[in-house]
Amino acid sequence: MSHTEPTHRSPLQISLARLRRNRLAMACLVALTVVAAACVAGPWFTRADYEEMSYSEPYASPSAEHWFGTDYSGRDVFVRCLVGGRISLAIGLVGTFVSVVIGVTYGAVAGYAGGRTDNVMMRAVDVLYGLPYLLFVGLVMAMLGDYLTPMTRMLALFAALGAVQWLTMARIVRGEVIALREKEFVEAARATGAGPVRILARHILPNLVGIVIVYATLTVPAIMLQEAFLSFLGLGVKEPLPSWGSLIQEGKDAMEFCPHLLLLPGGIFAAVLFALNFIGDGIRDAFDPQLRV
Amino acid sequence: MATFLIRRAVGGLVALLCIVTLTFFLLRLMPGGPFDRERHTDEVIRASIERKWKLDRPVVVQYLSYLRDLARLDLGDSTSQQGFTVREILLGALPKSIAVGGIALAFAALSGVVAGTIAAARQNRPADYALMSLSMLGFSIPNIVLAPVLALAFGIWLEWLPVAGWGGPRYLVLPAAALGIAFAGRIARIMRASMLEVIRQDFIRTARAKGVGEWAVVFRHALRKAFAPILSYLGPAAAGILTGSVVIEQVFAIPGLGDCFVRTIESRDYPLMLGAVLVYGSILIVFNIVVDVAQALLNPRIRLQ
Repeated sequence: MSHTEPTHRSPLQISLARLRRNRLAMACLVALTVVAAACVAGPWFTRADYEEMSYSEPYASPSAEHWFGTDYSGRDVFVRCLVGGRISLAIGLVGTFVSVVIGVTYGAVAGYAGGRTDNVMMRAVDVLYGLPYLLFVGLVMAMLGDYLTPMTRMLALFAALGAVQWLTMARIVRGEVIALREKEFVEAARATGAGPVRILARHILPNLVGIVIVYATLTVPAIMLQEAFLSFLGLGVKEPLPSWGSLIQEGKDAMEFCPHLLLLPGGIFAAVLFALNFIGDGIRDAFDPQLRV
Repeated sequence: MATFLIRRAVGGLVALLCIVTLTFFLLRLMPGGPFDRERHTDEVIRASIERKWKLDRPVVVQYLSYLRDLARLDLGDSTSQQGFTVREILLGALPKSIAVGGIALAFAALSGVVAGTIAAARQNRPADYALMSLSMLGFSIPNIVLAPVLALAFGIWLEWLPVAGWGGPRYLVLPAAALGIAFAGRIARIMRASMLEVIRQDFIRTARAKGVGEWAVVFRHALRKAFAPILSYLGPAAAGILTGSVVIEQVFAIPGLGDCFVRTIESRDYPLMLGAVLVYGSILIVFNIVVDVAQALLNPRIRLQ
């Protein structure tokens, strides 16, 4: 497109430019990138290992060797925070992917089908909305608990959290599909003999990319929060794997004599959620200024 | 109104039946049972215990007999706290959770509505930015961090309030705050957006034109209309508060429903777990019906159907 006028900008470019002008969101993005990079790359460079115990020095204070001190079994808490960050961020991303796939499909089918199908499908969403579904995930994780290795348990958690977090996405996508369904270009596609699957995939869904991105960004912190909640109760990620939720729970148990074990992981986790929320807000403002909540 | 209530009550009962069925079969399909951890050398004792809780019958028979008992509001006997019925245990735990959750919800709604209204009335001025940053901070600090930090700061360091336990009203302050702050932040933001929308409408211009003062415009004329989105958020908020109370009760050692729920997971106490899930479901269903009625009362254009 090198021959287009320099003044012509696509909607995506306009949105990105608007996002770039939002200084707070950009600052959060930079901070988040730093934390994420540290979590991903950090553990390769540190001397300590996240599951290496040393019973001679439990609850050591922060020092040059152990930046965040050590936990009850002498493990380096700094490294555990980094590895826990990897796991928490990965759950946020994978869970969001699962929830986007389910939510978009469900919402698109309900919205396009309309009528009674739509009614029944959205009524089910309403019912699910009002339930403490996180407790069900906890129940399933607890029941499966003893029969999974820590690794498969983590993967099950990825899937389970994504599988309950698609409700808002489904509602929003349905609303958009209903609005687009009656537009001329869809009618034109229908006139050429395109079936519902093709119309949805080729003509309607590409118009929803912006709004799906917006809500997907807001889903990431929501899922991370739920993972931490379950891990805090001992129903999520389990030993020896760390996650921010389980680190905070261990810190809570030791807060009377080692407050830093609670405050450091808790502070990092809260800061990351804060940044993610601001970025999500920024993206929403940039992509869809009318949606400002 | 009456037909609406009847329809919703029937719908609620169907939803509860779905919840019970789902949970019942979920529990039975999972490996491991309530008495697996006890080492009974004697097969006869084990068999007689299983007979008492009907665990020796086919699952479908167990399910039907559970439903039959449920119709008489008999939730069975607890397997982990023997000698107590599930109903006794739940009735003991419920008031504590209701107290903490109710105060948290009331606090969240009240402070959120006031903060959001002030922010909207002072849009883009320092008060607005301060309140909105505060609300963002409020709902970004997860309750698993906030609860222990509040206990540490106000309980252990300052010694203003009890760290944990269950006693007088003083024991309610920290748990209710830890539980409610996130929702106060969320409600403040919803309220601000809704208020900003309402303030731009014609009837507000009319009120201003006839000389009503700014705060009277906001509180007497706009508030009632701007309140609608808050009401529809209260349903999900109540679900969130119920879920959150599980963590809060763990941190502050409150012997409520959430604490009960976590302990039944450890002990595989099927009857108690089903009972707890049932109570959670009923609370939310009833609460959502109340919210819908309130919405219709507030806005006559919403018809209850």
